Parts: sequence; C-alpha cells; structure tokens
Amino acid sequence: MREIRAEQITEAVARLSMEANFELEDDVQKAIEEAFEKEESPAGKEVLRQILENSQIARTERMPICQDTGYAVVFAELGQDLHIVGGDFEAAVNEGVRSGYTEGYLRKSVLSDPIKGANTGDNTPAIVHLRIVPGDTLKLWIVPKGGGSENMSKIAMMKPADGVEGVKRFVVDCVRTASGNPCPPVVVGVGIGGTFEYCAYLAKKALLRMIGSTHPDSYYAELEKELLELVNDTGVGPMGLGGRVTALSVNIEAAPRHIASFPVSVNMNCHAARHKMVEL
Amino acid sequence: MAEHKLTTPLSEEDVRKLEAGDTVSLTGVVYTARDAAHKRLVELLEAGKELPIPLEGQLIYYVGPAPTPPGKVIGSAGPTTSYRMDPYSPILLEHGLRGMIGKGARSEPVVEAMKKYGAVYFAATGGAAALISRSIVSAEVIAYEDLGAEAIRKLEVKDFPLIVAQDSSGGNVYEEGQKQYAR
Repeated sequence: MREIRAEQITEAVARLSMEANFELEDDVQKAIEEAFEKEESPAGKEVLRQILENSQIARTERMPICQDTGYAVVFAELGQDLHIVGGDFEAAVNEGVRSGYTEGYLRKSVLSDPIKGANTGDNTPAIVHLRIVPGDTLKLWIVPKGGGSENMSKIAMMKPADGVEGVKRFVVDCVRTASGNPCPPVVVGVGIGGTFEYCAYLAKKALLRMIGSTHPDSYYAELEKELLELVNDTGVGPMGLGGRVTALSVNIEAAPRHIASFPVSVNMNCHAARHKMVEL
Repeated sequence: MAEHKLTTPLSEEDVRKLEAGDTVSLTGVVYTARDAAHKRLVELLEAGKELPIPLEGQLIYYVGPAPTPPGKVIGSAGPTTSYRMDPYSPILLEHGLRGMIGKGARSEPVVEAMKKYGAVYFAATGGAAALISRSIVSAEVIAYEDLGAEAIRKLEVKDFPLIVAQDSSGGNVYEEGQKQYAR
C-alpha cells in the first residue's frame, strides 16, 4: 500500500494557505481582467482597477489579498489505497493551518466557541470535508473563506412545485439583497437537491470549480449561463456601486433529493475567490 | 460627482457638502473599530464613562488588519462589512462621531442619525487590502489590545481613496448606482 507521511499533509496545507491568500488563482485573475474590460460604470471600473492593482501588490510583496484571510476550509479526497503514517489526518491539517497562518502573517479569525469563545490564536480548527474515494492519492483543496461573503449565504427548503423557476428567483434575490456586502463581483456557489445539510455543502463545493469551466451536464451548464446573465442584470455591480459585472461565475452542484424536499442553497464568495488544490 | 481632498478631523460643514458618489482622498488620523470594540465603546457611553478615543469630528474605520509583517507599517487592511456596526453607530454619531469608513449599505436608523448630526459614510474597496495598506503611514494599538485584530488602532492615513457612499442628506450611491445599471 502506498504511504505518505502526515507531515507532508501539514507542509502542503501550510504552503497552500499562504499561496491562496497571496496569489489570486489564474482563473479568478483572468475573470477580473475580463470584468474590467466589460464594466461600463466608472465607479465599478475604478473598483476593478483597484482590485487588479491590489492583486499585483499582494503577489509581489507576499501580503494577503484581503485582511480577512478566512476560515480555513479544506476539502479532501483520500484514496482508499493510501496509508497516512506518522500522525493523524485532521491533526496534520490543523498543524498546517497553524503554521501557514503564523508564518504568512495571516489573520487569525476563529473563536473557540460561538458564544463564550475567545480567539484560538492560530486560526484552527480547520473545517474539513473528507471523502474516501478509489485510488492511492490524497487530493486537498484549500478554500480560505471570508466572513463578509459567507454572511450573505442562504438556504431555502423550497417546494418541489417551485421548480427551476423557483431556483432562479431564489438565487437572483439572494444576490440582489446581498448588494455590496459580499464584495462583488462575486462567485455564486449554488447547491440544488440533497438534504438540508448536504445542500449547503454542495454550494460550498461549487466554489472549488474553476471559473470558466462548464458543468458536465449540459442542462446545468445552460442554467449556470442563464443565472449569470440574470444576476448581472441586477445592476449591483462591483462593490454594489452599480454596474454590469455583479458576478464572475455561477457554479451549480446538483444532487438527488427526497420526493418531498427541494433544498436550494447559495454560498457567496467574494472577488478574492481563493482556492488552491494539490494532489499528494 | 465632485472630487475632494479632506484632512481629519472633519467639521460638520466639511461633511454637509459631500454628496453620494463623490470621491475623496483622505489624509489624517482615523480610528479602527469593529464588532467587539463597538460593543465595548457603547457600553461605556451607556454607563456615562469616558471613551479611550475622541469622537468629536473623528472617523472610525471598520477594519481588522492582518498581522504586520516585518518591515511594514501594517498588514493588509481593507474594510469589513458595515451593517454589523449599525446597532452601535447612532449613539456614537450622537456623541460627535463625524463619519465611518466601511463597505456595504447602512440601515435607516444610521442614516437618520447621519442626517441629524451631520455625518458621512464612506466606502473603501473591499478586498483591496494590500493596496489600502499603502495609504496607512502609521499604526498604533491604543485600546483593547486583548481583542487582537479587533483592537482599536490609531491610524495615520495619506491619500486614502474613498467614495461617499451615503451622505448627510440621505443620498445613497448603492441605490442610485444599481438603479442606473439594472435591466
């Protein structure tokens, strides 16, 4: 059986936590450059110009793109023929977060308890979504998630009768009422189906997709395109100041559902849509 | 849309002439505070006690900066979302606060207090935090050090680029701008 050491996981998480926060991923960078060309509103264009200048400074000076360096959300796909040796998986991930957030001068934004808690001081614990899959590798996605956009996320237990039109209304309404708060142009993660908690997970998972990639199911690829147009027609624009570009992408994840339930969720991501992936 | 160069502290007259959509280049001292610090400030005001910062003519910037790397004045320092401070802002405005810097729209009670006392709400670009840190020439924690990133800092800024998001007569760049581009 193939083996990896727990410290390799720690090292990867630490490195990717920093890289995700310093370097806008190529797909996001390109999407913002295109948005800058497309934007008609002078205020919106100025916002996009500042975002691009900021990206350059963050990259060259190794400073965080945004001061909110996020809750460390980690998606992992662990091949069932891979053996992790020399430590626990979750402890290794948390050690990576601790070391990356300290070494990179990233902000520590996690409270130990939602009501009684104080800052944990090292941005741990990470939120880990682990799946066991065939194979002998470990895929890790690091998604540092900011609070401003997370707060504008929603879930609805719709009626099956609401159908796809209900989905469209919910998503567009979510973006419109969020207005400038989630730092548009946003990436909109949409979960459709599953159960209550799985639907929210799907919306988060949708944020891992590369901007510009299309959904493998042509029905959802079309729906993503239509939703992106509808969302951009709200006029919210960069930072809510009004404009043509409100979202860079709408990404859908769909799943089977109960005959009685029709959950739909929206997980907003800001324009600093941080995501990094590595395969060990 | 006018362009202004302003230096803090600001007078009521300075602020009354600002209109939603105007751009401002701000220089001078601003104080940082966000959720936890606001809670403490308002508790002090309600108990009739003295605050650790002056309010008269001053601006509060809603920011929790990233830690300061070696050789820098401050870490990345962009605005946080302002509506979370809405429950606390009216009483601060009543006690002389002249303006706030953040991102995203403010609620009606804040707008009413801004109109009544002559105050302004500026928006900075969210997520342009490394760029904004270049406008900050000095930074010093002056209260609530235990709050870490949420401590109150005295910042000296130079040519900090802002937009007047909501003005002292009810003008609102979010409503006006979005209406213009909605289809």
